[in-house]
Amino acid sequence: MLPRKAARGRKSSLDRGYWVFLLPGLVMFLIIIVVPFLVTIAVSFTKWNGVQAPKWVGVNNYANLINDPYFVASFQNTFSLLIAMVFIPTILGLLLAALLYSFVSRRFGSRTASFFRAGFYLPQVMPVAVAGVVWGWILTPDGALNSILQGAGLGVLAQNWLGNPDIALFSVMGMMVWFQLGFPLVIFFTALQRMDQSILEAAALDGASGWQTFLHVTVHQIRPEIFVVVLMTTIATFKVFAQVFVLTRGGPGTATYVPSYYTYLNFFQKDQVGVGSAVATIVTLVVLAVAVVFINFQARRDLAEDS
Amino acid sequence: MATSIASEQPNVPETGRPTRKLRMRSRVLGGIEAYGILIGLIALVVVMLSPFVIIAINAVKTPTDLAANGALSLPQNLTLNNMVAFWNAVDFGGALRNSFVISLCVAILATTLSLLNAFALGIGRVRGAVWLLVFFMLANILPNEAIVYPLYYMAKFVGLYNTQLSVIIMFTVIQSAFGTYFLASVMRAFPKEILDAAKVDGCGKIQLLVRVVVPMMGPSLAVLMVFAFIWTWNEFYLPMVFLVSNSQYTVPVAVAMTQGQHMMNESQVAASALLGVLPCILFFLLFQRTLTRGIYAGSDR
Repeated sequence: MLPRKAARGRKSSLDRGYWVFLLPGLVMFLIIIVVPFLVTIAVSFTKWNGVQAPKWVGVNNYANLINDPYFVASFQNTFSLLIAMVFIPTILGLLLAALLYSFVSRRFGSRTASFFRAGFYLPQVMPVAVAGVVWGWILTPDGALNSILQGAGLGVLAQNWLGNPDIALFSVMGMMVWFQLGFPLVIFFTALQRMDQSILEAAALDGASGWQTFLHVTVHQIRPEIFVVVLMTTIATFKVFAQVFVLTRGGPGTATYVPSYYTYLNFFQKDQVGVGSAVATIVTLVVLAVAVVFINFQARRDLAEDS
Repeated sequence: MATSIASEQPNVPETGRPTRKLRMRSRVLGGIEAYGILIGLIALVVVMLSPFVIIAINAVKTPTDLAANGALSLPQNLTLNNMVAFWNAVDFGGALRNSFVISLCVAILATTLSLLNAFALGIGRVRGAVWLLVFFMLANILPNEAIVYPLYYMAKFVGLYNTQLSVIIMFTVIQSAFGTYFLASVMRAFPKEILDAAKVDGCGKIQLLVRVVVPMMGPSLAVLMVFAFIWTWNEFYLPMVFLVSNSQYTVPVAVAMTQGQHMMNESQVAASALLGVLPCILFFLLFQRTLTRGIYAGSDR
């Protein structure tokens, strides 16, 4: 980045020396983020119960994790959660945003579109822990969902939604789709509002159908927002904690274990701080790798298009 | 540009003047199809909102009514007993106060810290500003578990464990990571003429920040405060780890920690969920325009 040029050669105190303003932020950042993260990495190479002196064990914690069923399950479940938190909400959010923007607000007025947008967004303003309690209440064996199914004559579909190991993960995934949908929807809707309208009109004049316009023009135009949404929701998926803590505590068995819940158990229940730190380090490296790959990919694409 | 978040004029299609495209579309989607889509959307919104409705009708229903008539029937008579019982069991008034104090402090402190960082990076353009921004964003990307145990150890060591101050400090830093990025991208678009005028007038840096930059950044600062407040309000992991006594609980912790306790019956659980939801609905009604525009929209450009 080039230093800002002084106005017409006059030297001004405003040209340089701004780093002082960074000091409070940098110091707090070091204490709260950087040092703890480095300590976590260091602890991951030790056996430590949080009380006695930590004992160096090299890569043992990492080696043991490969055969640790809880660890393996928590990563497998995270990949399933990507479907519920990234894939489905992004696609559904895109379709709904396009429908609300280019159809509902034109045909039924922008207030109607705002109403729908607000309705889909509402779960997003809840604490995810509270949303988990809401869903836990509905999903109990004699809860509302099974009552609805029985009332509709679909009693055969009634389940122990959170207690059946084959189904519990799907129940958590369903709750996450419900919770996440509003996030991509509002971002895509805002992006559409900013989109160059003349391109859409040109497409319509060329005889493109609504579906063709959506796929080839709209999606292309709001690519940056799609990229942001996929990146943010992917990172969020690796951080899932509260909903699992509230709904299932990882169970039944390992059916809904996720990495952050497993680290929590190791840190605060099993007193295996070294193992927990190893899991935390792995998750963090995965998240950082995802962010770097995404941002690189986007930067390269932008360069290719600019030249 | 991120500025569009704060200053954009929403380019909502005008409904009064039919454009060429409107006519084309309405030919494609005639009356019946149009209302079919509308009904489909209404059904979908009803599904989205039904969990809140189900929780609400059961929170005000007596346990015997719930046992006799199930979760889907309307309450025979309204009762506040469930909510009162939960409120008293966890001192919910205290939880509301704790959440409010923590979230408000974080909103103010994180915005201030972001402002200082962004001033150096966006207007001062200190050397390596891009790398510093990436570095700050780390705090937003790192999972809580990557830092929680050393922080827990440190908090116990300095006597901040189980205090609101510990949570306020941590979230100030975490929320200012995104705030720095957000405000810096707004400030980089700051009108150059105004900065040059400030130079000619011999204005100092602090004056420039307080008298020139802050007044022009009002809307962006307000948006950031709203988001920082709500994000902090909704946090669970760190408050649960650091605030362990009932009197320190935040709202999400108070609601979540009473699950599965024997003193709570099903009706009281529904009441606890409703009480957890209500403040957020209030925030949503207050800040709907800000929230539904999405702070991330376009901020990567």
